[in-house]
Amino acid sequence: MKSTCLSALMASLLLTTAAFADDKIVKLGELDDQSGLYADSGGPGSVLSVNMAVEDSGLRAKGWTIDVISADHQNKPDLAANIARQWFDVDKVDAIIGVQNSGTALAVTSVAKEKNGVFLDSGAASSDLTGKACNANMIHWAYDTYALANGTGKALVKEGGDSWFFITADYAFGHALQRDTSAVVEANGGKVVGSANVPLNTPDFSSFLLQAQSSKAKVIGLANAGGDTTNSIKQAHEFGIVEGGQKLAALLTFISNVHALGLDVAQGLTLTSTFYWDMNDGTRAFSKRWSERMKSHAEPTMVQAGDYASTLHYLKALEALGGNPHDGAKVVAKMKELPTDDPLFGKGTIRIDGRKIHPAYLFEVKKPSESKYPWDYYKLLATIPADEAFRPLAQSECPLVKK
Amino acid sequence: MFALLGISPQQLFQQLLVGLINGSFYALLSLGLSVIFGMLNIVNFAHGALYMMGAFAAYFLLNLLGLNYWFALVLAPLIVGAFGALLERVLLRRLAGLDPLYSLLLTFGLALVIQGLFQNFFGSSGLPYAMPSQLTGATNLGFMFLPIYRGWVVVFSAVVCFSTWFLIEKTRLGAYLRAATENPTLVRAFGINVPRMITLTYAFGIGLAALAGVLAAPIYQVRPAMGADIISVVFAVVVIGGMGSILGSIVTGFALGIIEGLTKVFYPEASNTVVFVIMAFVLLIRPAGLFGRTA
Repeated sequence: MKSTCLSALMASLLLTTAAFADDKIVKLGELDDQSGLYADSGGPGSVLSVNMAVEDSGLRAKGWTIDVISADHQNKPDLAANIARQWFDVDKVDAIIGVQNSGTALAVTSVAKEKNGVFLDSGAASSDLTGKACNANMIHWAYDTYALANGTGKALVKEGGDSWFFITADYAFGHALQRDTSAVVEANGGKVVGSANVPLNTPDFSSFLLQAQSSKAKVIGLANAGGDTTNSIKQAHEFGIVEGGQKLAALLTFISNVHALGLDVAQGLTLTSTFYWDMNDGTRAFSKRWSERMKSHAEPTMVQAGDYASTLHYLKALEALGGNPHDGAKVVAKMKELPTDDPLFGKGTIRIDGRKIHPAYLFEVKKPSESKYPWDYYKLLATIPADEAFRPLAQSECPLVKK
Repeated sequence: MFALLGISPQQLFQQLLVGLINGSFYALLSLGLSVIFGMLNIVNFAHGALYMMGAFAAYFLLNLLGLNYWFALVLAPLIVGAFGALLERVLLRRLAGLDPLYSLLLTFGLALVIQGLFQNFFGSSGLPYAMPSQLTGATNLGFMFLPIYRGWVVVFSAVVCFSTWFLIEKTRLGAYLRAATENPTLVRAFGINVPRMITLTYAFGIGLAALAGVLAAPIYQVRPAMGADIISVVFAVVVIGGMGSILGSIVTGFALGIIEGLTKVFYPEASNTVVFVIMAFVLLIRPAGLFGRTA
C-alpha cells in the first residue's frame, strides 16, 4: 500500500515537472447544448469536430498532450458561467469551444476574459459578441446575426419583401437577430410592422403565426433557431401562410433543421450559411470523414464546421508559439496575427474585434425533385464576398477597435 | 370592448380556437394522469416519455410497416399501452401501498432513461411525420383559416375525454374500478381480479398518452424531448384541476389551453409561465384544486 502511494506520488511529480519542462500540454473543453433543442446543430457533433481537429493538427505525433472534455450547459447562462469558471480554475482548461445559444455565450465570454482563457465560439449568433461585449480572449468564428441579416434580409427586401413581421426567440440571440435584420430591412427601404417575443422552446407557434398572418406583412421573419424554427416552419405550412402570399424568412436555418423538416415542407426557403458540406472537394472530404463517425450519419452544420476550423487554427497558433503559454490573450493575439487557412472556410483572417472573416453564401432549399442523393439540399443563389459579409469595423461598438 | 383590448373580434376568435386546440392535448394527457393517480395512487412522471413513444410508434408504423395514420391511431396506443402494462407488472407493482413519492421517483427515472435512449438513437431535431392526406388543407371559417387537421384534433379528443369520463363515472365497470381503489380486499372477495384490473387501468392511462402522441405527430416534430417539454404544464393542469379528478382534468385542460392562447396575444413573453402562476394562486386559495375533494 505504502509503495503504491509513493509511486503514485512520484509519478505525479514526474508529470508536473514534464509539464513545466516543455509545456506542450493542452486541455480543450467543448461546452454546448448537448441534449436540448440545439443539440443536433452543435452538441455531440461539435465534440467530434474538436477531436478531429486535434487529430488532424498532427500535434500529438509531435509530442503534445491534448485532452478534450465536454459538458452540457442546458441553455442556461448561469450554468454555463459556472462550468466555464470550474474549467478554467479547477480543471485547467485552456480553451472553451462551441457554446451555442447567445445567452450562454455572452456569459462565457466574460468568464474567459476574467480568467484570461481562450473562447472560440462558432455556435452563438449574437453580433454583440464582437460588438459591445467583445474582448481580447474571444474569437467568433462561423457566422453572426449581422451576416444572417445582411444575407437573407437584404435578398428578400430586394425581391420586393418590404414589410416584415418578426417571430422572435425571447432572449439575447432573438433580439440581436431582429435588431440586425430590422436595420437591414429599413436601410433598404422596407419597414417592420410588428413582432412577437416568444419564449425559448415553445412547441406551438400557431398563435404567433396567426398574428403574423393578420399583420399582412409580406415577409414573416423567424428570428429563432433549432427546434423553434422547425416547428414554426412546419406549422406555417399547415396554416397556409406561404400559399396565402406571405414569404417565410428563416433567418437562422441549419442543415439539421432542413433535414428534420424534410424537403416537402422546407423547399424554397432562402437562407444564409457560411458553410455547406457539398461546396467543394475540401468540404466533401471532411464531411465524409465526419459523417462516418456520427451515429446519425448526418452531415455537419456550419457550427460544427466552425468548431473544427477554429480548433485547428488555435492549435496552429500554439505550435507557432512553440509551446502553450497558458495565457489566453497571448494565444488569441497570435491567432489574429496568423492568416487562417482550412479546407472548410478557405483562406481568411481574424479581425481585431475577434470576428473571423470569410465569405457567406445565400442558398435556396431544393425541391424534392431536384435532390439527387441523401442530404443534397441546397442550391447556391449568391456568394457574399468576405469583405461584405460581416459588420464593417467602422460600425463596431467594440472597445478594442481604435477609431 | 374589442377596441379597448386593442384586438379585433376576428383575432380574438382565432386565438380562442387555437387555445382550444392546445387545450385538447393538455386535456388528453392530464386525463391519463388523473385516471392513473385517482385509481392507482401513482404519480406517473413517465407520462411525457410515453406520449413521445406514441408519436414514435406512429412514425415507425408508417416507415417500417407502411401502416398509415389511421392504423397508428389504433395500434400505437395498444403497443405503448402494452409496454405500460409491462412496466406496471415488473416495476410499479412492487411499490403498491407505499407513499406516492416512491412511484414519482421511479417513473421520473424511467422518463429520463426512455428519453435518453431515444435521444441517443434519433438525435434531438426530430423526424418528420406527414399529415394524413384526408385531413390536409384548411377551411375558411370567415374569421380564420382553420387547418382541417386541427379541427379534427379538437373534436376527436373531446369525444375521447368524455367517453373516458362516462366509462369511469357512469358504468358498472367504472364502479368496480372505483370500489377496488377504495377497498381492494372487499372487491376481491366478490371474485374480481383486482391486480389485473390495476394493470389494465395503468395501461389504459398510458394508451391515452400514446394517443395524444399520435395526434401530435403531424403537428409537432416527432422528437425525444417532446414529452419533457409538455409534461410540466400537464402536471400543473392536473394540480389546478384537483389531483385525481377526471372531470377536473378535462375541463382544466381545455380552459388552460384557452388562457395560454390569450396570453400569447396580450403578453407573449409570459405564455409559458402563465399556467404556473395560475397554479400558484389555485394552490393558495383551494389547495385541493378546483375540482378536488379535500381528503
